[in-house]
Amino acid sequence: MKLAPHSAPHTHSGNAVSRVMLHVIIALLPATIFGIYIFGLPALNLLLITIISCLIAEAISLRIANKPITCHLLDGSALLTGLLLALSLPPWAPWWIGVLGGFFAMIVGKHIFGGLGQNVFNPAMLARVALLISFPLEMTTWVDIKPLFTPDAPGFIESLQITFLGIPNLDAISSASLMGHAKTELSLDRSLSDSLTSIDYSLTSTSLGIVAGSIGETSSILLLLGGIYLLVKRIISWHIPLTMIATIVVLASLFHFIDSERYTDPLFHIFSGGIMLGAFFIATDLVTSPNTKLGQIIFAIGIGVLVYVIRTWGGYPEGIGFAVLLMNAMTPLIDHYIKPRIYGRNRRGNPMATPSQND
Amino acid sequence: MKLFRFRGGVHPKGYKELSEDLAIEQLPLPSKLYIPLQQHIGDPADVAVSIGQSVLKGQVLGHSQGTISAPVHASSSGTIIDILNFTAPHPSGLAVKTVVLQTDGKDQQTHNTIPLSPFNLSPEEVATRVGAAGIVGLGGAAFPSAVKLYQGVTRAIDTLIINGGECEPFLTCDDRLMRERAEEVIDGIRIMLHTLKIKKALVAIESNKPTALQEMKQASKICPEVTVVKVPTRYPMGWDKQLIRILTGREVPAGKRSADLGVIVHNVATAYAIHEAVRYVKPLISRIVTVSGDAIIKPKNVEVRMGTLVSELLDYSGLNSSDYRLVMGGPMMGQALPHAQVPVVKGCNGIVVLSNNMAPVQSSQACIRCSQCISACPVGLLPLEMVTRIKKGDYKSANDIGLKDCIGCASCSYVCPANIPLVHYFNFAKGKIRDQQQVQIKNQKTKKLAEAKRVRIAAIEKSKKEAAAARKAQRAAEKAKKQQLTQHSDAST
Repeated sequence: MKLAPHSAPHTHSGNAVSRVMLHVIIALLPATIFGIYIFGLPALNLLLITIISCLIAEAISLRIANKPITCHLLDGSALLTGLLLALSLPPWAPWWIGVLGGFFAMIVGKHIFGGLGQNVFNPAMLARVALLISFPLEMTTWVDIKPLFTPDAPGFIESLQITFLGIPNLDAISSASLMGHAKTELSLDRSLSDSLTSIDYSLTSTSLGIVAGSIGETSSILLLLGGIYLLVKRIISWHIPLTMIATIVVLASLFHFIDSERYTDPLFHIFSGGIMLGAFFIATDLVTSPNTKLGQIIFAIGIGVLVYVIRTWGGYPEGIGFAVLLMNAMTPLIDHYIKPRIYGRNRRGNPMATPSQND
Repeated sequence: MKLFRFRGGVHPKGYKELSEDLAIEQLPLPSKLYIPLQQHIGDPADVAVSIGQSVLKGQVLGHSQGTISAPVHASSSGTIIDILNFTAPHPSGLAVKTVVLQTDGKDQQTHNTIPLSPFNLSPEEVATRVGAAGIVGLGGAAFPSAVKLYQGVTRAIDTLIINGGECEPFLTCDDRLMRERAEEVIDGIRIMLHTLKIKKALVAIESNKPTALQEMKQASKICPEVTVVKVPTRYPMGWDKQLIRILTGREVPAGKRSADLGVIVHNVATAYAIHEAVRYVKPLISRIVTVSGDAIIKPKNVEVRMGTLVSELLDYSGLNSSDYRLVMGGPMMGQALPHAQVPVVKGCNGIVVLSNNMAPVQSSQACIRCSQCISACPVGLLPLEMVTRIKKGDYKSANDIGLKDCIGCASCSYVCPANIPLVHYFNFAKGKIRDQQQVQIKNQKTKKLAEAKRVRIAAIEKSKKEAAAARKAQRAAEKAKKQQLTQHSDAST
């Protein structure tokens, strides 16, 4: 009989880092599978390349940092970063976008800060923004949907050509994303009602995701389902996603009410672009969001406002990446000021006054 | 009754079904009892017997010494065969002074069994009896109960809260006590109300004990001052300050005591012990212990004499494994015992034996800042922030941001997905801070002494100088006198 000294507690909830990551990956699967379905095999190639790059970069970084490699690779965090990054990339982007993005996310986004749990910025968003700034052409080349098993869809060989040699006959198949289209048309002084009808905009197709866009950002409904799954499994709480979406809805409604020809309606905003992916999967990143519920609400309002401002008045059609990164930078500050009140103390941390016993 | 909101807490799996329906049994009299002289917070009792002496059940083995202390009594009749340093029920395995009693099987007792009416006694007399019976908080804290009752004499108290929460998984001893001996518990509460000279007692019982709630409600009908309150099942419901907030909506200010709010909290088992001590002048020589866990064949609720070795309990209940973790108390805050050759003491409410499946030793991973520890903390602390500072050795700043308010309930460690032993770090840091404070006190004392020495030496020097100056002046005066005299004599000649 051997009884080593153990400290309490002698029981555990069974929660584990790998469990958290696994549930997030499960929640992303429907949108991922749908993305691969509508954008075809090149999207699958890019997804695999990005994830494998992340895993390789993680392994190299762990090796350099002298940390155990196997257990960290198996915790699922690198896999999840790779998946999130891939889902935010244009479906037919070339292979080196995935490789560069994966390496940038893991090395600059995560391991330079000290590895898991130490990074200030969401690694996937950092890589996405870095790619967007560095390679604007590749990062904004959207293709029309070409679902698998349809005559238009590229075959296996063709998909490898697209991924590794580039898209042949680019002009024939490229398309504008909805947000980009609306933005361009507005800059040409065309009213929204004209420009949106000109590309056959319907709320059903955007919410289902049958539109041009990133691999996994287009199907708002499937992402929403995944988000609800995470809420039910208590991996995330409602505070960030709900507050963020509500902020955008409020701002968009306000401006749409003021001038409906210039400002898109709230449903257009929340069902297009990366809002659902951002609200449920990116902004809720445990490492880079505030610790307290109140802090998370402030954080989410910040993202909502920034997304709306960038989309409406900024130079880019989509602002989720920038908004998340900017608010990630604010997280330490929010956590510094927003803390739970300690029992028996006031908000400033001083002991409460002893109440008189006659009250 | 309206309950107030409270933050944090966790819902560990209860495992109460293993033992909640098993009636309290009497453990057969062991042949030897190892009765430690310290089973409570405060100063150890002063040994009152000698080797070879025969004692009766209930006879004092050690007298209380100091203001916060409690006496210990013989749990059965027999002969004192040794007084030695024996392993205490603590993870350190350190020894405390222990009286070894060889039982004679007769179980002859000293105390009278004629029931007394406690309501004719003055509060001071009741508190004295409680103190003399060696009663301490039986919920696990083991704080001398008489000290708390005396607070009623010195402070204005308006509410007595009886803690029947029993929020630790596995433990069912308080549940069984309330089911089987509800009237006695209520009587103990009435005695306390009488002692504190107040008219309001709230008995808080978690919602997972419906039978105990019913029995206690039934028994409390004779006494309108006692209200039985159903509280939600959530760990750590048994934290006294948490109970105060839930029941009264008030918080005990940091650095103050419950009594400053006019509230005193006692455990149900303590109420029962007070009933026994005051009604029947029966000292605290046994208690109900839950023996449970997945490595136990037959879980039990047993009434055990103080000083019984844990190994006797394990033999009685049976072990189904040879590789297990032995815990005194519940799995959330209980202490892992070094081995089973340690005695049951007053604060021991359970022996939980867990297999390696249930209490696996897992290596911890990096913190992913999921902030579940913050949500779980009933106090409102930032465990992840505190642990980062402690890891760097910055105990002072950890203390400043909340370590000083940590109650060690282990809710944070329980939920941590990275398996970081948060509460272990906190206990470690608390020890470090205590050491630092000790050093500081010592330094201050040394400084004071050095300063006193300096002053003393300066005073000596000064008085020496003054004496020298005085002597000089005297000499000068004598010289002048002499000269004068010579001048005189010169003049006269």
